[in-house]
Amino acid sequence: MSNDKKTKEWGNISGSYYVKKNIWDITFKICRGILLFGLCFLILQPLLDKLSISFMSWEDLYDGTVISIPRNFTLANYSQVSSLMNYWASLFQTLLIVLGSSVLQIAACTLAGYGFARFKFPLKNFWFLCVMLIIIVPPQTIMSSLYLNFRFFDVFGIVRLITGKPVNLLNNVLGLFLLSMTGMGLKSGLYIFMLRQYFRGMPKELEEAAWVDGCGRFKTFIQIMLPDAMPMLTSCFLFSFVWQWTDSFYSTLFLSSYRMLSKGLGGLAERYAQWYAQVYVASGTGGVSNFAPVAQTQMMLATGMLMCLIPLILLYLVAQKAFVESLSQTGIKM
Amino acid sequence: MYFIKKDNKISLTIEGRNAVAGYLFLLPFLIGFLSFMLLPIVESLRMVFSRVRIDIIKNGFDMEFIGLENLVRVFMIDPEFNRMLTEEIWRMVLIVPAIIIFSLFVALILNQEFKARGFVRAVFFLPVILSSGIMIGLETNNSLLNSMAEIIREGNLLKASITKVLEDILVSEGAASDFMAYIFVIVNQIYDIAMASGIQIIIFLSALQTIPPSMFEAAEIEGATGWECFWKITFPMVSPLILVNVVYSVVDYFIRTDNLIMAKINTAMIMRLEFGFSTAMAWVYFLAVMIIIGASVGLISKKVYYYE
Repeated sequence: MSNDKKTKEWGNISGSYYVKKNIWDITFKICRGILLFGLCFLILQPLLDKLSISFMSWEDLYDGTVISIPRNFTLANYSQVSSLMNYWASLFQTLLIVLGSSVLQIAACTLAGYGFARFKFPLKNFWFLCVMLIIIVPPQTIMSSLYLNFRFFDVFGIVRLITGKPVNLLNNVLGLFLLSMTGMGLKSGLYIFMLRQYFRGMPKELEEAAWVDGCGRFKTFIQIMLPDAMPMLTSCFLFSFVWQWTDSFYSTLFLSSYRMLSKGLGGLAERYAQWYAQVYVASGTGGVSNFAPVAQTQMMLATGMLMCLIPLILLYLVAQKAFVESLSQTGIKM
Repeated sequence: MYFIKKDNKISLTIEGRNAVAGYLFLLPFLIGFLSFMLLPIVESLRMVFSRVRIDIIKNGFDMEFIGLENLVRVFMIDPEFNRMLTEEIWRMVLIVPAIIIFSLFVALILNQEFKARGFVRAVFFLPVILSSGIMIGLETNNSLLNSMAEIIREGNLLKASITKVLEDILVSEGAASDFMAYIFVIVNQIYDIAMASGIQIIIFLSALQTIPPSMFEAAEIEGATGWECFWKITFPMVSPLILVNVVYSVVDYFIRTDNLIMAKINTAMIMRLEFGFSTAMAWVYFLAVMIIIGASVGLISKKVYYYE
């Protein structure tokens, strides 16, 4: 009883401060919830469509009364796409290649980004302009020259000196690794720029303290700057991984003899048409046309796309943990 | 400045050693640039001023110098290029600020504590995947989904959309200025903007996560409101990455394959094998992009705060 009275008194004195604050907080949370729900729905909706299509059987696809929940739930699409794309083998190979190449790429870009952020040297602005240049020039425009460059690969005649003739690095994963290692891989310029901005934004005092304590430049970079930059490194790595996973440009240039998921997905429609021709048209049960029905091809494509997406989402969930953990490690700053 | 002469021996000063260290950090990039990128870039620049034929015997290009003919064709003869260029630039100017504001806003929300935060963050990561490489073609070419969307649109034809109604009300009230018109253009493109700002959101998010919480605590004790905290702490701390995001958004907008000019360049190069003409267009285009980026970097970097 007396407690209630006291609360009322306090309320009168403070002008109902806590009540107002609570109401404000709750309204804010509701608005935020609605907003996030809407935006998430906006992004997820096309994918949910694909998800529902991927579980449908053929009858559902042509049934006008089936909207989003399949009537005849089936996993047949998944098993078929898996055999058409040779899913597990290519998943493994893609994983190895993309992982290796993105680690190399991020390593090179981190070094360059740190170099641009912290050191003064002659021609710095010129080299940075070159970084901007490789951000802006899309690979397609220099594709033909790049192709020739790697067909007869030779750095300033050195290779010719050793082996007698230039090497063919096309259709060879080494070519891709070489590009990533030297910071020329897919969108490398962007990572260099991101990391440079990030390192520039970090306080200099830590490095100076390390310097005073007798830590060399490279050791400072490895032991002090890198742990602090973990969130940014993780996001760069994620981008690099995702972009190379879905990339079709470098994989046609270097990896045409490898089984890549992106290539499998790109050729899925064609392969489905072949399969359809073999199974139905050849046996005379294919109906009117010689081509696989568009709707079924799209169903396969939707399924294949989801199967390419799933590993990336899993990776993101793992990497997100690294986000949070790296955050707790970098407690002391300034 | 970088060297010092002492006892007849030339040795490096601290500045000199720093310069050497800087070059060592840059070494991989420099090797890569000089050996892989320089040649293709110079070669494509040469193509601008040449008539190019594919030489099957030599396995290469046969170039014949023709001066400015390709450039003249781009600017004077081709009926579309100038119009397309100005159109694309104008559209870019409209959409990039919206992307930056949207992504910073979303990143601020995603940085707060709430239930299912991990899930929501994962959802906002999806555009990064969906707007990349091979996925983008599949997303737009999916005729089955397009036909479904068509049916929905037909069903909704009689009911006006909510933004349309709002717009009508505001117009009849006389409140629809140019700014409001811009807002409505943006709202109607919200899906495109959400799809285009996946990367920017993550970049902002990782920048937000490295702001030391002690700064906010100190500000709160001093009596700063959330609004003040945002403008005095959060905004300056993420400003280096605003620059990155602006550059990225501009570049991303310009080199998307559904961009009018990129499509034109691609058809000229791949379908009609007009290498000289298409590289000339590409170089004009990149110079325009370079100028825009240079201008925006120049403008923004004055405001950027570096912790130094």
